[in-house]
Amino acid sequence: MLVPLEHVIALSAVIFGIGVVGAVTRRNVIVILMSIELMLNAVNLAFVGFSRAWANPTGQVFVLMVITVAAAEVAVGLGIVLSLFRNRDSVDVEEVSLLKW
Amino acid sequence: MSAGAVLFYVFAGMTILASLGMVLNVRNTVASAMSLVVAMISLGAIYVLLDAYLVAAIQIMVYAGAIVVLFLFVVMLLNLRTDVFPVTRSRLPKLLGIAASGWGLFAFLKLLHGTLPAVSPAPEGFGGFRELGKALFTSYVLPFEATSFLLLAAIVGAVILAKRRID
Amino acid sequence: MVDAAAGVTETSLLRWIPFLPLGAAAIHGVLLGLVRRPLSRRGTIFLSCGAVLASFLISLFAFAELLGPEGPRVRVDNLYTWIGAGNFSAEASFLLDPISAVMILVVTFVGFLIHVYSIGYMDDDHRDDTGFQRFFCYLNLFTFSMLMLVLGDNLLVMFLGWEGVGLCSYLLIGFWYSDRWNAYCGMKAFVVNRIGDFGFLVGIFVLFWALADVGKPTVAFREIAAAFPQIADRMVTLPAWLGGAEWKLATLVGLCFFLGACGKSAQIPLYVWLPDAMAGPTPVSALIHAATMVTAGVYMVCRLSFLYAAAPGASAVIAWTGAITALFAATIAITQTDIKKILAYSTVSQLGYMFLAAGCGGYAAALFHLATHAFFKALLFLGAGAVILAMHHEQDTDKMGGLARAIPRTRWVFLVGVIAISGLPPFAGFFSKDEILLTAFAAHSVPGNTWLYGIGVVTAVLTSLYMFRLYFRTFHGATRLSPENFRRVHEPSETVRYPLYVLAVFSLFAGFAGFPQVYGDWLGIPDSNSLAHFLAPVLAGGLHDPGVSHGEELRLALLALGAATAGLVVAWWFYLRSPDLPGRIMQSFHAFWLLLHEKYFVDEIYDALFVRPTVWISDRVLFRSIDAGLIDGVAVNGTARGVQALAARGLKYVHSGLTQSYLFLMILGTVAIVGWLLR
Repeated sequence: MLVPLEHVIALSAVIFGIGVVGAVTRRNVIVILMSIELMLNAVNLAFVGFSRAWANPTGQVFVLMVITVAAAEVAVGLGIVLSLFRNRDSVDVEEVSLLKW
Repeated sequence: MSAGAVLFYVFAGMTILASLGMVLNVRNTVASAMSLVVAMISLGAIYVLLDAYLVAAIQIMVYAGAIVVLFLFVVMLLNLRTDVFPVTRSRLPKLLGIAASGWGLFAFLKLLHGTLPAVSPAPEGFGGFRELGKALFTSYVLPFEATSFLLLAAIVGAVILAKRRID
Repeated sequence: MVDAAAGVTETSLLRWIPFLPLGAAAIHGVLLGLVRRPLSRRGTIFLSCGAVLASFLISLFAFAELLGPEGPRVRVDNLYTWIGAGNFSAEASFLLDPISAVMILVVTFVGFLIHVYSIGYMDDDHRDDTGFQRFFCYLNLFTFSMLMLVLGDNLLVMFLGWEGVGLCSYLLIGFWYSDRWNAYCGMKAFVVNRIGDFGFLVGIFVLFWALADVGKPTVAFREIAAAFPQIADRMVTLPAWLGGAEWKLATLVGLCFFLGACGKSAQIPLYVWLPDAMAGPTPVSALIHAATMVTAGVYMVCRLSFLYAAAPGASAVIAWTGAITALFAATIAITQTDIKKILAYSTVSQLGYMFLAAGCGGYAAALFHLATHAFFKALLFLGAGAVILAMHHEQDTDKMGGLARAIPRTRWVFLVGVIAISGLPPFAGFFSKDEILLTAFAAHSVPGNTWLYGIGVVTAVLTSLYMFRLYFRTFHGATRLSPENFRRVHEPSETVRYPLYVLAVFSLFAGFAGFPQVYGDWLGIPDSNSLAHFLAPVLAGGLHDPGVSHGEELRLALLALGAATAGLVVAWWFYLRSPDLPGRIMQSFHAFWLLLHEKYFVDEIYDALFVRPTVWISDRVLFRSIDAGLIDGVAVNGTARGVQALAARGLKYVHSGLTQSYLFLMILGTVAIVGWLLR
């Protein structure tokens, strides 16, 4: 393996952290969805790393599953964003706070 | 350090910068999407370096080629030009979050250090489409078929949600 | 099945004696309470009176069986094992032996007569019909409880009846509860009774504990009697906070049970409820507070005669308490003006006589007086009720006088009762009172027994005095009624009068059941005191022979006769011959008279010493501070307010409605869990 496994995992963790910060901080729903994609990618990286480290193709199979799920999720999520925009004419996530106390 | 390792760190850096760009870009949603594309592609490159060739190909095709395109479609459909709203009301949670993540990362890495089992050498053809295909259609055929259902459901859902009301 | 060795026969007859009135009461209860379809007047009468009459007939039959060819045996009706725990078992079973036979006959017979009397008496009730039925329901319930009490084979069944009669007493005293005072009197009776019941319970516990210690845990009378010699002399050390003294077990238990008897049978210091219990309808006073409930204490002492025979200390206390109570109540009675109050204090006094006898070892004498007293006291109360009815519910003798002309038949039966209680021969009271005085005179084991005898004689004088005073003031002399009111006075109906006649007959002749041997010898009758012989096998001391010669006995009888006559003469002098004499004496000794008239201010003293502090503590401390303040305020409402404050001022803000905060919290939670799992 080209680089020590720890480095791959470290990179994965950093990207995941960036994704979390993006999801929690940004107000634009589309950016939030993109951050979620980033998080999923980070996880994929970790899978691939482990798969390579232990020569087990299972990790890569799982990555395929994750990508599939991510695609489906983006499709539906953006559909929701469209509905939201049609109802409120805005994609600000703070507009959907009906569950407020 | 081998050339591969150098390439790895280069692409790693690129990924991080691109992700930061995506998250921190407040002006333009399209710009964020572009940064995301860059991140995806660099990740694909990293996959190649880690001998996961089929995965890398699929990453580029699906993520960079389809998902981000979908994002851009929606942005343009909604005609979002600029983000008129600020990131958060106050800086503090943001800084706190970053600090917390940094600390979390550090702790996580500390934890990992020395606990991971040794790396085994990769067999011939590892990560190629043949090997992966074999695994996918023998041991993991059930999840494979299940994902087709998932995609069907997603298609139906997306269509219903996004359909323009005709009445 | 006959247990030949112990002479015990099993039967399933006895259970019907209490259960028939219970059934009647239950039917009334269901009809009135659940189904809300009251019975017609006739239906009520048939059901209730019929049940008690049936009980009486079965009692007669059982009693006759008991007198079978081999002499009195003991009959037991065991229903089932009520409590079974290890080697202890308490059966729900009834016992018929001479003592309980006498009791059930008295209770069912007098009870039946009073039920009949109530038909006429309660007819006056201006409430709607359920008042009438409710009364009979309670009467039946009381009869059931009393029969359980006397038929109980063990202390637990007896206690069940004991509590039941207390409850029914409360229900019946406060029968006309729309008048607050009546309810208060009912409460007073119940509360004072309960104080006594505490003593009873402690007695049961100590006795049981001692028996269990020697390996014979039981509460059944026969078994306790058999095992008692083993524990009678055991010394019990009281705990430090009770004084730490050493007591003989028999004495301790005896005193505890006697406390219960004081409550139930209205002896000092727990007699205060009985005069106020007169707030209830007169049949109630007759049944419960003359003939049956108040005699429960005497019954209990006689049932436990084996215990008291082994506890001379406790017996002495009983004898002295009885004597002092008798004198005390008699002194109050001579100044009262309300018919029923006079009779109430008279009851307290006569009960004192019974305890005097029991304390001196004359258990048969006590039971004899119990039976005769039941007859003539019931007669007196029912007669007073007839007078009250005739006077349209006026009870104050100050407003009566000269009624002999208006209600002659009532007057004659009342006179029979008065003569009987005063102890003039050949009426029943003479024989029974005589036997008590004889027992007291000869009880050399009780310290100061001659003083006891003296007190008994003085009380006899006072008894005769206040009874004839009552009689003369009510029926003789110048009337204090206005002429038109006098014309409205009339005899009561038949259902009221006939029980009076029957009771009068018994008051006359019941004395012959305990005909003393001294007279029997004159008439050539061997074993003339049939009652004493009948009871002898089951009482401690058997055929209690006072060891007094016939000559002495006759002298004592003459003395008693003289005492009674003296009372009669004084009453006649004071109330017929010179009616203004009492008034003048009252003026000269006003303070003394006031003391007696106000019942020695005992009620007021109790009120200040016990009632007020208890009420104050209950209200201020227990209710306001602890219950309302602490439990309600802090614990219940406080917790609620705390939770509310926590939620409304704290937790509520978690629900900001912002997706991102929720996401943040989720991530936080996940990191925490993962961190903890990887620790």
